[in-house]
Amino acid sequence: MWEKRPVIFLVLATAAILVGTIVTMVLPFAWVNTDADRIEGVKPYTALQQEGRDVYIREGCNNCHSQTVRPLVSDVLRYGEYSKSGEFVYDRPFLWGSKRTGPDLARLGGKYPDEWHYKHMESPRSMVPKTNMPDYGWLADNQLDPHMIQRKMEVLDFPFTADEIKGLNGKNEMDAMVAYMQKLGSDIPWRQATETTIVGDLVNPYPNVDHATMEPWEEIYAANCAACHGEHLEGVIGPELVGEAYDEETLFTLIYTGIQDGGMPSFASLGTDKVWKLVNFIKYYNQGENH
Amino acid sequence: MEKVDYNYAIVRSFVTWSIIWGVVAVLVGVIVSLQMVDPDLNFPPYLTFGRLRPIHTNAGIYGWGVGSIFATFLFIVQRLCKVPLWSNGLAKFQLWFFNATIIASAVTLLLGYTTSKEYHEMEWPIDVMIVILWVAFAINIIMTILKRKDEQMYISLWYMMASLVGVAILFLVNSAAEPVSLFKSYSAYAGTNDANVHWWFGHNAVAMALTAPPLAMFYYFLPKSTGVPIYSHRLSIVAFWSLIFMYLWTGAHHLLWTPVPDWIQTLAMGFSVMLIAPSWGSVFNGYLSMNGQWHQMRENYLVKFLILGITFYGLQTLQGPMQAVRTFSAFIHYTDWVPAHIHMGTMGWVSMIAFGSIYYLTPRIYGKQLYSIPLANLHFWLILIGQLIWSISLWVAGVLQAGMWNAMNPDGSLTYTFMETMVEMYPYWWARAIGGVIYFIGVLVFIYNLVKTVGKGDEESSEQALAEGRA
Ligand code: HEC
Ligand code: HEC
Ligand code: HEM
Ligand code: HEM
Repeated sequence: MWEKRPVIFLVLATAAILVGTIVTMVLPFAWVNTDADRIEGVKPYTALQQEGRDVYIREGCNNCHSQTVRPLVSDVLRYGEYSKSGEFVYDRPFLWGSKRTGPDLARLGGKYPDEWHYKHMESPRSMVPKTNMPDYGWLADNQLDPHMIQRKMEVLDFPFTADEIKGLNGKNEMDAMVAYMQKLGSDIPWRQATETTIVGDLVNPYPNVDHATMEPWEEIYAANCAACHGEHLEGVIGPELVGEAYDEETLFTLIYTGIQDGGMPSFASLGTDKVWKLVNFIKYYNQGENH
Repeated sequence: MEKVDYNYAIVRSFVTWSIIWGVVAVLVGVIVSLQMVDPDLNFPPYLTFGRLRPIHTNAGIYGWGVGSIFATFLFIVQRLCKVPLWSNGLAKFQLWFFNATIIASAVTLLLGYTTSKEYHEMEWPIDVMIVILWVAFAINIIMTILKRKDEQMYISLWYMMASLVGVAILFLVNSAAEPVSLFKSYSAYAGTNDANVHWWFGHNAVAMALTAPPLAMFYYFLPKSTGVPIYSHRLSIVAFWSLIFMYLWTGAHHLLWTPVPDWIQTLAMGFSVMLIAPSWGSVFNGYLSMNGQWHQMRENYLVKFLILGITFYGLQTLQGPMQAVRTFSAFIHYTDWVPAHIHMGTMGWVSMIAFGSIYYLTPRIYGKQLYSIPLANLHFWLILIGQLIWSISLWVAGVLQAGMWNAMNPDGSLTYTFMETMVEMYPYWWARAIGGVIYFIGVLVFIYNLVKTVGKGDEESSEQALAEGRA
């Protein structure tokens, strides 16, 4: 019997291990990453983006950030269109992660302007005071090594041009990281497709609100807008916000849907109530005690 | 009876080194838990959370976990086969190569040479070292078994051998990569395939490193400690074969709701739930072996460690299958709930069994009685309390976080921004760090006790220590 025959035992144990292995690990190669999965528009990484990805791996960003949006309501509302298999065919290795200490980054590309990323990477807490993300400003001190990057592109079999490699001279790891961040999830035109539309009439639920009521709303502004529009609405990455410049509906629409090509994110995920509070805050808060 | 010349020297060395790496793991664990509450504790480029966390996990699983597996297996295999090790030279090589591999891993991870794949972060040159290490270990164990005196192979040997082949297959397949340089390689698989291969590896690393070997230890050291044989041989046969058959189907429960094909996810979910049966087969076998012996829970500190360990294994294997169900996964995946699951397994199950086993071994390999049983009891309570604080606070945190991530306003929008949910975690992360410190103090008590034992002047013969058995 097997209990007395170690060699037979080893063969049997190996066989037991191989059954599930073959079905769930080997067989899927027949379906995954085949033509059925391919999505037009998904492109390999450029040399700069790939280097950014390698820095992301080196720094272990995946220990805090996931990169897959699940087809669940709360995931899609928070992060955007859910992830498709075909979007990852150039990812070696995959970086889906297993823990969201920070937010998912699968749909990050195009969410913020480059400038936001440079500032945020250098000092996350200057943008988001309570975050626990470490500072990565020192990445800007590390120059890229075009020779090495070319080798990587060759091993990966990604297309590149000599000019592209030459263009890496003088760039640093921070540039590479930001380029990578902007590529994430933006190969499919999901932002345009899911552009938020507002249905129904826009009616301010807080008409003629007084200053005292608005006071706590400043926190909503501070948490979501101040990093780009300045603590006192004076403008930093985004422009100065001048209350009188807009009527209520325009302001609501601007905040709710964002300005996609201008680097102003959509804040539909805040919900209509908070957006209305912001509208009132921006338009009336600074206009004295009573308006 | 002829006297067998067992090699205890190698067991002593492995016990020492596994504890050293265990201290490193727990210490780095405390550091990363503090970095999560205070980002000023990151010191770039080397000492940032992103680089230290993998050092914590790998030192924990490979340094402490696999180190103590090496120590106990090299002991158990000699005793169960009633012959000395096949090759003492090979075992010595294994010891120093093991330490070299762990040191090389820690240094390269600090320098940022990583594949990013969880529990397989080390770059390809270290993969090669790990393969050599494992082959050396496997040959020694298998050859010792082949020349054994006792024809019948005891349960512990089955689990050992299964993990020898299991780890080899998993590791080789998941290592496949194209090197760019000595310190950088790209996975041979891409995207969804890579994810699926990796979690087939990841989950079965849990099976072959953190389940089968501690079970081998449990099946050996529990009867040795109580003096009563295991309850049912037949139950252990059924549990063994179904466990190693089923585990391999479940990797995709780490990938529920991702782009991995649905049918793989569904199979993973089904097999995960079925896994309760063989897992609890061992739990019951352990509990029923205690029939009429429960008073030993009070009198025998070894039994306390082993029975609490198997109890955490039982809880772990109920919680795991629950997490593998799609609806529950949708809720807790990515949250702090999952680290709580992990640490009940690693700090509760794996470490409890390893501590119990080392307490059993120490008097026998040094021929000296344990310095202090009260200190062993103190150690027990400190690590139990530390771990419970760790896990319970993060279960609560995970549920809270999941609830906030999913909360919706009446108009169908999200109630909380990401940061509003994240700041709620800080008190729980503090509690976890405190639990970790308590656990760490427990480990220091353990080491103090062992150092005192080894340094004791009053040598007794190992025969005496063996006879005294249930110290
Ligand atoms: C300790 C965990 C941690 C680590 C490590 C970490 N982050 Fe973060 N990250 C966070 C948290 C928390 C947030 C949310 C608050 C904020 O914006 O800072 C965040 C936010 C971000 C954002 C903004 C996402 C959004 O949608 O607003 C980006 C981009 C980002 N991180 C990139 C990175 C990169 C790149 C790395 C690695 C170099 C990294 N992070 C490492 C925790 C972490
Ligand atoms: C990532 C940075 C960023 C954040 C965060 C941000 N904005 Fe903007 N915002 C911009 C940029 C950039 C523009 C300019 C877009 C353009 O005109 O093309 C802009 C434009 C605007 C405008 C239109 C200004 C004009 O005169 O054209 C309004 C109103 C506005 N933002 C409000 C808000 C509010 C309210 C919040 C917080 C909920 C917010 N923004 C958060 C970057 C940001
Ligand atoms: C029947 C047995 C088990 C099942 C079905 C199971 C199931 C799971 C599931 C579904 C997850 C993923 C959670 C998520 O990310 O959403 C998980 C994570 C994990 N489990 Fe278990 N578990 C079991 C036993 C164990 C045991 C005994 C250990 C021992 C320590 C363990 C250690 C881990 C670890 C380390 C992870 C984290 C993986 C990661 O990095 O994401 N599990 N388990
Ligand atoms: C004092 C004891 C310990 C403390 C304070 C501690 C702390 C931590 C922390 C803070 C994390 C990161 C969690 C996150 O990213 O949210 C972590 C992860 C992890 N730890 Fe520990 N740990 C301890 C003991 C151990 C031991 C003994 C082991 C293994 C034998 C272990 C294995 C792991 C694993 C596998 C992970 C990865 C979790 C994941 O993938 O989600 N830990 N630990």
